[in-house]
Amino acid sequence: MTIPVEITINGKACAGEVEPRQLLVHFIRENAGLTGTKVGCDTSQCGTCTVQLDGVSAKACTVLTVQASGSSVTTIEGLSDGVDLHPLQEAFWNNHGLQCGFCTPGMIMAANELLSRNPSPSREEIRHGLEGNICRCTGYQNIVSAVEDAAKSMGGR
Amino acid sequence: MFPAQITYRRAGSVAEAVQLLSDNEGAKLLAGGHSLLPLMKLRLAAPATLVDIGRIEALKGVSASDGGITIGALTTHAEIAGSDLVQQHASVLAEAAALVGDPAVRNRGTIGGSVSHADPASDQPTVLTALGATFNVTGPGGDRSIAAADFATGLLENALEENEVLTSISVPSVPSGAGAAYVKFSHPASRYAVVGAAAILTVSGGTCSSASVVVGGVEATPARASSVEAALAGSDLSDSALDAAAAAVAGDLNGDPMSDVFASAEYRRAMASVYVRRALGAAASRAG
Repeated sequence: MTIPVEITINGKACAGEVEPRQLLVHFIRENAGLTGTKVGCDTSQCGTCTVQLDGVSAKACTVLTVQASGSSVTTIEGLSDGVDLHPLQEAFWNNHGLQCGFCTPGMIMAANELLSRNPSPSREEIRHGLEGNICRCTGYQNIVSAVEDAAKSMGGR
Repeated sequence: MFPAQITYRRAGSVAEAVQLLSDNEGAKLLAGGHSLLPLMKLRLAAPATLVDIGRIEALKGVSASDGGITIGALTTHAEIAGSDLVQQHASVLAEAAALVGDPAVRNRGTIGGSVSHADPASDQPTVLTALGATFNVTGPGGDRSIAAADFATGLLENALEENEVLTSISVPSVPSGAGAAYVKFSHPASRYAVVGAAAILTVSGGTCSSASVVVGGVEATPARASSVEAALAGSDLSDSALDAAAAAVAGDLNGDPMSDVFASAEYRRAMASVYVRRALGAAASRAG
């Protein structure tokens, strides 16, 4: 049995008929076709499926699509207009804040919420704010530097 | 990983949720889903029907009440961590909420969902037991209250009847002059408490007049550390008194400590005294 849902993703209404057990991350990737959001551990630990759900970060592998019906979602694709990079994306690029890139969408979405709450975090606060996001490549140093750099260029935006 | 097939119903009110639970045998409530959905993916839970109460506004938020605060069951960990009222009346609850999972988990996970899940490795059941909180529930027969200490009845089991809904939690104010603290040994991946310790110490005239100490993560339900409390009563809360009191926790953990690949029963027992000592130290430094 399927249920009709409608979720606003990156400002655009996305309607679909889904099984109640479908996870939001699969709706985003398969129904909306936005594959920036990744499925990693699938146990709400690694954070690569992090999106903004009604304004706050959420792990899309631990939310049912039907739960989110009527809500607004922002994914990594929604951060920039497609021409200019978001300052966080720019900073991850400039600081080599990624190697394989699999964790990056979630890292940036989590960092985005961190900076919205705390526009100039210390390196320690950045580490604490990103503790729900796991990277297996970088050793985190450059990720922390990237967020620090983005905070400066966003200037409390 | 998908959960098994389910029927999904969204409840618009507590009364409707109670009705849906009564009408659908084996139905389970869904709040933030951060405890239940992981279990369902692993097929450790397979309810035929989920009754989603996540949008019932009446169950959200913190309000002042007689002698303390009332926290709606759907209030998220992030909201509790950032609540001025919680900070004023029972700051230890905010301290613990800020240690749950990670920021994204705290945004979605709710206090009612967490305590109903009754995982001894969760943080808030330990703190709420130490605070002497009361859980308010609504069922077909009306409302009733359950003491926090009686709510968890076993590993992942609680005192709710099948068609009852936990609606709010009443938390008495920590008395002025008392010091309270919660510390935990976090599992490095899941952030669940391998061991969590909550301590509330009331001090008058330089001696401890009453103590409430509870340990989570070690036994199937939050364990009251009666021996530690007895050792503290009347003590001067000096370092040596706290050392001796914390060591007494061994006598309170005679049950069957949990054991897994990450932490054996013996290790959990050893860490219990370490973390109780830290909680006592922090609470004592905040008392008076």
